[in-house]
Amino acid sequence: MTAAVMPLAAGELAAFGKDPWWIILIKAVAITVFLLVFTIFNVWFERRVVARMQHRVGPNVHGKFGLLQSLADGIKLSLKETIKPKGVDTILYVLAPIISAAMAFVAFSVIPLGPEVSIFGHRTPLQLTDLPVGVLFVLAAASLGIYGIVLGGWSSGSTYPLLGGLRSSAQMISYEVAMGLALVAVFLYSGSMSTSEIVGAQAGGSAVDIFGVTLQLPSWYGVVLLPSFLIYMIAMVGETNRAPFDLPEAEGELVAGFMTEYSSMKYLLFFLAEYVNMVTVSALATTMFLGGWRAPWPISLWAGANEGWWPLLWFLGKVLVFLFVFIWLRGTLPRMRYDQFMRLGWKILIPVALVWTVFVATARATLSAGYQRQFFFGIGAVVIVVLLLSFVYDAVAARREKAEEVEREEADQVEFDPFAGGYPVPPMPGQKVPGLEPAAVAVAAASAGAGSADSSGGAGAEGAGQQADSGEERGRG
Amino acid sequence: MNGMAQPDNASYYATYTTVLTVILVGVAFAAAAFGANRLLRPTRPTREKLLTYESGVDPVGEGWAQTHVRYYVFAYLYVVFAVDAIYLFPWATVFAAPGFGWVTLVEMFVFLGFIAVGLLYAWRKGVLTWT
Repeated sequence: MTAAVMPLAAGELAAFGKDPWWIILIKAVAITVFLLVFTIFNVWFERRVVARMQHRVGPNVHGKFGLLQSLADGIKLSLKETIKPKGVDTILYVLAPIISAAMAFVAFSVIPLGPEVSIFGHRTPLQLTDLPVGVLFVLAAASLGIYGIVLGGWSSGSTYPLLGGLRSSAQMISYEVAMGLALVAVFLYSGSMSTSEIVGAQAGGSAVDIFGVTLQLPSWYGVVLLPSFLIYMIAMVGETNRAPFDLPEAEGELVAGFMTEYSSMKYLLFFLAEYVNMVTVSALATTMFLGGWRAPWPISLWAGANEGWWPLLWFLGKVLVFLFVFIWLRGTLPRMRYDQFMRLGWKILIPVALVWTVFVATARATLSAGYQRQFFFGIGAVVIVVLLLSFVYDAVAARREKAEEVEREEADQVEFDPFAGGYPVPPMPGQKVPGLEPAAVAVAAASAGAGSADSSGGAGAEGAGQQADSGEERGRG
Repeated sequence: MNGMAQPDNASYYATYTTVLTVILVGVAFAAAAFGANRLLRPTRPTREKLLTYESGVDPVGEGWAQTHVRYYVFAYLYVVFAVDAIYLFPWATVFAAPGFGWVTLVEMFVFLGFIAVGLLYAWRKGVLTWT
């Protein structure tokens, strides 16, 4: 089976694997330098945008618009003293940031940045290399990057990094599952896992025939497979440990997570890896869902939009949009609690992704076999069944709630005794302390009655007096 | 270095060697950064500096504490789903190709059903609920 498929893939990827060594070296170095410079820009971009969102100015002193601020910070950080605490596992402690940073760079090597261009007279695609399993490779590199985090956390020999590293790795593997499942629908449509072919598959939209009306589907998978796109978007934020999912670095709970014992250059490498990972998942999202380097609609009307070096610009523009979303999320949403976060991943994202995958596969198979009518009737039937089931569920839930309500009321009949356990305890929700009126009610009643009616004001004062009395009684008791 | 003349397998593996260059460039960058850092940074360790951080108090005992076994269960679940993905991805690329009929589709659904039962089992067992 694989033997029949392999030559096909190898044929379509014929443009790759033919570069002379110096082109490969140029591309590899260019990718690394690009990611480094982009990280410097990204830090500045994040600080400026967040500042704008919080009505501040942000860095604006060093260089034009403060553009050199993050470069200065980076240099300063790399000149700091390296403190390696006593009792760390030296080899892993040094290796961990290197693994993190190197793996962050690697994922970018299969991202297509543009079509074939000429470098020193040599025609070559604007992509280091492509593999028949390109996307799987990106996911694998991301998984290996987790080693850097968990090893860094463990080797520090300290409590906070250990907990932070474990949390971080549990978080990343959870969201990687959702991410991988979200991408399956794209493979179902494109019939390939190679990144350049997925970009190629999004070049032109396909026509679909619904009850005799021909609809031209848009070419971006982000539109066609919107649920996949949304799941991927959520998973990519979780995968990169960014707000609102930045639990490994929740400074109120874990100081700085796995980076607590790192300083100077090693800290810088972790920091770098985090920002490069942001760029990588954004680039993957661009490639998989937003047509990669291909020009968006109004620009694509220009015939030369998808040739030469221009596509690099469209690609960067799309990546920047994703980065802006990252920053926007950070500026908008508070951090989630860890249990909420894991629940979202395992109980919502993964089941939804599984069901969606099954749906897309069925849709592809039935539509391509020419069973349009049956397919849409089938969808209608499923929707009706789901609706009916939800009605039944609602009815059952309502009945159960009523039963619980009755039970609670019966429980309320029993008088609450704050001293039943020997020491005073506050009442549980729903329980009422006999003779005690909530202070807020008494105050509200008093203020309402102050203007016009004496009687209600008196009642409020009476209530407050009663409260004081009962308090005194209990004090004596 | 012309892939056309080489057998398919050689050019196939050549694409992976290219990936290796990026790893090497990345590691070289990290090594150069560490080297430059070593030359430029001050080194004045004191006893207090070398202690691990415990929110201002001196650390007691070892940092390698026991942690909750729950993380271990999540690692297992991840392995299940990672293997699932390994089967799912190649299937997704070929299932629409001629020669793979409805059987291919249904087979994968059965497989996904098994995976889903695994997730459901973990769910019912309360593994996914963080207390």
